[in-house]
Amino acid sequence: MENSRRSFLKIAGISALGFGTKPVLNAFASGGNSEKHEAEIQKNPAALKAKRWAMVIDTRKYKSEEDLKPIIEACDKIHNIPKHTNKRHEIMWIWIDEFKYVFTNQEHEFVDDRVKHLPFLVLCNHCEKPACVRACPTKATFKRDDGIVLMDFHRCIGCRFCMAACPYGSRSFNFRDPRPFIKEENKEFPTRMKGVVEKCNFCAERLAVGKMPACVEASNGAMVAGDLYDPESEIRKLLKNNYTIRRKPELGAGPAIYYIV
Amino acid sequence: MNDKNKIITGLIIFVIFITFPFWYNMGKAAPVPEPKLTEKAKLEKECIEPKEFMKAEHMQILDVWRESVVRNASRTYVSKTGKKFNMSLASGDDSCIGCHSSKADFCDKCHNYASVRPYCWTCHIEPPKEKK
Amino acid sequence: MLELAIKGSKKYWVWILSLLAVMSIAFCFWLWQLSFGLGITGMSRDVSWGFYIAQFTFLVGVAAGGVMVVLPYYLHDYKAFGRITILGEFLAIAAVIMCLMFIIADLGQPMRALNVLLYPTPGSVLFWDMIVLNVYLLLNIIVGWNVIEAERNNVHYPSWIKVLAIFSIIWAPAIHTVTAFLYCGLPGRGFWLTAILAPRFLASAFAAGPALLILLCLIIRRVTKFDPGREQIQSLAKIVTYAIIINVFFFLCEIFVVFYSRIPSHMSHIKYLFFGLHGHAALVPWMWASMAFMVISIILLANPVTRKNEAVLAFACVILFIGTWIDKGLGMISGGFVPNPLHHVTEYIPTLPELVIALGVWATGFFVLTLLFKIAVTVKEEVSGV
Repeated sequence: MENSRRSFLKIAGISALGFGTKPVLNAFASGGNSEKHEAEIQKNPAALKAKRWAMVIDTRKYKSEEDLKPIIEACDKIHNIPKHTNKRHEIMWIWIDEFKYVFTNQEHEFVDDRVKHLPFLVLCNHCEKPACVRACPTKATFKRDDGIVLMDFHRCIGCRFCMAACPYGSRSFNFRDPRPFIKEENKEFPTRMKGVVEKCNFCAERLAVGKMPACVEASNGAMVAGDLYDPESEIRKLLKNNYTIRRKPELGAGPAIYYIV
Repeated sequence: MNDKNKIITGLIIFVIFITFPFWYNMGKAAPVPEPKLTEKAKLEKECIEPKEFMKAEHMQILDVWRESVVRNASRTYVSKTGKKFNMSLASGDDSCIGCHSSKADFCDKCHNYASVRPYCWTCHIEPPKEKK
Repeated sequence: MLELAIKGSKKYWVWILSLLAVMSIAFCFWLWQLSFGLGITGMSRDVSWGFYIAQFTFLVGVAAGGVMVVLPYYLHDYKAFGRITILGEFLAIAAVIMCLMFIIADLGQPMRALNVLLYPTPGSVLFWDMIVLNVYLLLNIIVGWNVIEAERNNVHYPSWIKVLAIFSIIWAPAIHTVTAFLYCGLPGRGFWLTAILAPRFLASAFAAGPALLILLCLIIRRVTKFDPGREQIQSLAKIVTYAIIINVFFFLCEIFVVFYSRIPSHMSHIKYLFFGLHGHAALVPWMWASMAFMVISIILLANPVTRKNEAVLAFACVILFIGTWIDKGLGMISGGFVPNPLHHVTEYIPTLPELVIALGVWATGFFVLTLLFKIAVTVKEEVSGV
């Protein structure tokens, strides 16, 4: 906890510097008196943690679009994804596409029938070296220590440099206010406003309270999330026992979504 | 100079123009509003920190919380008295708005008075208006 | 000196007022964009940058192109250009202002633009672009203003101005190089992922910028008593000639690499632009027109007989300017987004509000340019005592 407290004080200090709010510092860090309890910020002990979050999608465990719909719906519902009527304004965090579009570099004429017609789930790859993070001029998109690539919607200026940078087309932009296009709002999660970019957040808000990502939970075992650097983790076992492929590995971005085909 | 009159007229118009807000609002100062607490909030007696502190610093606290939750995944606030709080503006009953559940009676009263327009609620979802 | 800009003929005022009219109409459309969001443009999830960013890219080129009159004068002591360096510098000011306005127009949350300064991110090319553009603007304002003021007072400009002028000469290629780096460092966008992009940008900039300057010189000669000079115009024309030839050469180098290597993700964009892809071919006639314009302008410019005829020269400059504008201001940006990273084809066509806003920015640029040129030309007229 010392660590998070120190970083909290740092944040408090920085924001105090920025806004000239000495009282905050005084209150939070009223030093000298060791008897007095100081305010601090802690991590939730129940949160799911990993050194490097990753996901395995086992395409053998589903057959049709129908099997995947609940997964997408779970995500859409929980994250207040709008259903725009204009295709140009579409917002997608997780969606499905054909093999030849998802694995543009592996497609060939004689791909077997199952794979050819199988829908593939596509989402943010939470890259090891994310091009979007490199491009962002405000650090509104950033990579956490545990590998999750996140968006800070408060900070995004809507320049869309990240969208140009992402080699997987995983990002969407709010071309207009999304609210009128959200059928049923999930009050536990904010919507977005017009003019900011968004994408899959690996359900960071769920991991923080000890829950697996919504898609994983809804997938009946077809999707598994876990710690890539923990040899005992379920996804490591899956990776060890199955041949997996990733999207556009030749770009060196290091995508963290693995597919068993 | 023979433009004296023009200059003086111009100056007078200018002075009237820039002091217009003062003239216009003279004698109409609204009384300082008092935010209305919900029953739930009254029962709690104290917010995460003492009232005076919250009054002066809630925006900084929210800013620090936002950074911490979004960027550090640290979501538990331990107050000076040692109580733990879930750091959230709008999700759950133990969030800010969970207790101060009437935005109109709580947030808006002072914000309107001070003419500040935070846009928290363009994204965060405020609870439905309660029956009165 | 500013007062020189508010004393003019009736024609001058008609021109100024019509620009102001276009600007105010466009401003209303921009307010609409602010309240609705960028959804009023033709941009989409797949083509997430459009007309605004393309205009920005083209105009960075025009701004950098201004250096082509500044450089020979300050570095090679080519005296003839002393007469018109101020025009190059003032053109650069107007162009950079347009660039900055196009960036603001393109932002989803323009009121947060200063986050770029609040959270400086040296890893982002956009951060550097912001710096180089603003510094270039400042350099040109300082140098241009001091030089014209010195000329008016019949004194030599202060010696530190020359230091800044030389600095701005180095800076000019930097602004366009950094702008190219916005695109050419992105993985998965085959059209831009090429080291020739920055050189290509510079070549087309050094063609389009001076070509516009030639046209402006010809207009100035016609509507004012100041003659920028025949020698000056011819020298500029030679610069334009070399630059446009190099630009087309670089483009052909790119074509060779892409189509001889036959890497699909690199070919598909150029195929889309010049032949259409999966039945989508909105830009095909434009791209061929652009090529034709550039080639015809080379023929007219490279031949001394046609180049020395100022009517033909003007025609060549017009088609060259249009050709490079289509190439960069239309094809370069949407071409990079079609097809998208999953090889789906979503076409982009700018909408009317988008075009009006863009037109408004151009009008603002010409408004600034008119005021600055008016000042410069009036000073020149005063000094030569006509």
